[in-house]
Amino acid sequence: MPANAFNGHTDYGIGIGLRVPHYSHILSRKPVVDWFEIISENFLVGGGRPLEVLDQILEQYRVVQHGVSLYFGSTDRTDREHLRRLKALVRRTKTPWLSDHLCWGSVDGTYTHDLLPLPYTHEAARRTAAKIRQVRDYLEIPICVENVSSYAEFHLSEMTEWEFLTEVVEQADCGILLDVNNIYVSSRNHGFNPYEYLDGIPAHRVGQMHIAGHTKFEKYILDTHDHPVLDPVWQLYAHATKRCGVTATLLEWDDRIPSFQEVHAEALKANTYIAGARAASKPAPAHARRA
Amino acid sequence: MPAAPDVPRDLRSLQRLMHRALLRPLATGDRMQRRWMDGRATAEVAAGFVRPNDRLSSLERLEIYNRMYWFRLIDNFHDDNPGLRAVLGPRAFNRLAIAYLTRYPSRSFTLRDLGARLEGFIRRAPRWTAPHTALAVDIARFEWAQTVAFDAPARPVLTTAEIARADPARLRLGLQPYVTLLALRYPVDTYVIAVKQRDALRAEASNASVAARTTARVRRIARPRREPVWIAVHRVDNRLFYKRLERPAYRILAALQAGRPLPRAVAAGGRAVTPAQVQEWFALWRQLGWLCRRK
Repeated sequence: MPANAFNGHTDYGIGIGLRVPHYSHILSRKPVVDWFEIISENFLVGGGRPLEVLDQILEQYRVVQHGVSLYFGSTDRTDREHLRRLKALVRRTKTPWLSDHLCWGSVDGTYTHDLLPLPYTHEAARRTAAKIRQVRDYLEIPICVENVSSYAEFHLSEMTEWEFLTEVVEQADCGILLDVNNIYVSSRNHGFNPYEYLDGIPAHRVGQMHIAGHTKFEKYILDTHDHPVLDPVWQLYAHATKRCGVTATLLEWDDRIPSFQEVHAEALKANTYIAGARAASKPAPAHARRA
Repeated sequence: MPAAPDVPRDLRSLQRLMHRALLRPLATGDRMQRRWMDGRATAEVAAGFVRPNDRLSSLERLEIYNRMYWFRLIDNFHDDNPGLRAVLGPRAFNRLAIAYLTRYPSRSFTLRDLGARLEGFIRRAPRWTAPHTALAVDIARFEWAQTVAFDAPARPVLTTAEIARADPARLRLGLQPYVTLLALRYPVDTYVIAVKQRDALRAEASNASVAARTTARVRRIARPRREPVWIAVHRVDNRLFYKRLERPAYRILAALQAGRPLPRAVAAGGRAVTPAQVQEWFALWRQLGWLCRRK
C-alpha cells in the first residue's frame, strides 16, 4: 500500500532531506532524486535566500514538508501565526502531506526546541489527537505524526509507546511517519522489543518512513543523524516495509553531513529492502507452488 | 502519606515541571544542578516523575534532556554571533549566552528569533560584557541586522512612474524591511568580516587535518578602536552586504524609514548636503532596490 489517504495517494519513492551544504550541488548539477523533505521552519520566513532556493528546488523536484515545532502534545494552544505561515508554505510547496512529531516542546509560550516525549496516558492521547485534527482542518492536507526517539519514561504512563501512537492516530484519524531508527533507539533505551512495536501499530496508516544513523554511548543511544544507517535499523526497515508495504522513505542526515552523493547513495540502499518486500508480497509462480 | 508537592498528576503539570528542569543552567562539568529551587535534591524531584531503568537513574535520564537543551541553544547562539564571540572570548561569551538565554528563553517557534533581544539585554546587564559593553552592543546590533537582511520580506520597489505621479511635497517613501540602518561607535563591519574570514580559513584547515584544528592557536584579531560609522546592512540578489554611509545619507534614510515626507527627510541630511549629492544617493538607493512603497 504505497499510496494511501495519509500521504495524499502518492507513491514518492526514496527521498533525502534538503540541507544547506548540498544546495550548490543540487542547483548546479540537478541530480535525479525522487523527492526532497524540507524542514518547514527553515522556510517560514518573509523572503531572501531561503525562499529563493526553495522556489528553484520546486521547479525541478517534489517536496514534502516536515516540521519540528508544531508540538502536537503540548498543552499550549497552537500559535496562530505559526499556522498561518505554515499554510502559506503548504500552498507554495504543494506538499501532498505534512508531518511533525508526536511530542511536546513548549510550555506557556516558551519553547525548548526539543522533541520531548509524552507520558503515554489516555489524557495525553485525547489532547494530542484533538490538536492534530485542528491543525489538519486548518491546513487542509493530510497529517502524519512521527514517533520520536526518547531517553526518559514517565511514571504517569498507562500504556506502551506503540499503544499510545495507535490511540492518537486512531482518534485523530491521521497517518504515521514511522521513524524506524527512532523505534530502534527507544527500544534500546527502554528495553522493549522493536518488532513488537512494529507489529503493534496500524500498518494501513503509515504514510512515510524515516531512516537515520545514531550514536551508541555506554548507557544509552542518542539519535544523532550523523552516521550511515546501522544494520539493525535496516533489518527493522525490512520488516516494516514487509508489514506496511513499500512506503515513501526518507534518509535523515543532519550533522557532519557528507557529500550529496554519499547521502543519496546511503538512502538508495533502501531499494535492496524494498525489492525484498516486493518479492515477498508477490504470489509464487505456478510451478513453484506445485513443487 | 501526602505526595511530594510537585509530583505531576496530569499532562500540563508534568510539562511545566520538566520544562523548569530543562531550562535550569547546567552546573560544573555540564551536569544537572544537584539542588532544586526549594533546596531539595534534584534527584528526588526527578524520581517523582521520571522512571529509572537498569542503567540510568531518573536524574541521569532527565539530565540528558537538560544538556541537549543547553547545547542546542548555545550552539545556535554561537553560530549567530561570531563577532561577539571574538570580542569577548569563549568563556565570557558562554557566560553571556547562559545569562541571556536564562533571562530570555525562546518565545518563538523558530530559533531564528533567538537573538532578537540581545542588544537590549547587553545594555541592561553590562556586567556580562564589561569592559567591552559599548563594542558588544554595536556588534550585537550588527549581527542581528544580518539575520534580518537574510530572510526579511521584500516589498515592491517604487517605479519611476509611481514617483513621477506623486506629489513630491507629500511623498513618503518606504525602506525595504530587510534594510537595517546602524549608527555605531565602532567600525564593526571590518572587524566582523575579519573574524569570519579567519573562521572560514580555520574550517578549511580542519578539513585537511582534524589534529591541526584542535592544536592550532586561534589568530587573535585586534578589537576595533572607537570611530563612529554609519552602515546599512542589506541584501542584493539575496546575498548579504554591508554598506558604509555618509552621515547625512544615513540621516535621510532614517527619516524616510520613520515616515517623514520626502522634503523633510532630505532636510534631515543637513544644510551642507548639495542637491547633486541627494540626487546621486537616491539614484543609488533606487538601484539597490531599497526604496519601496510604505506599508
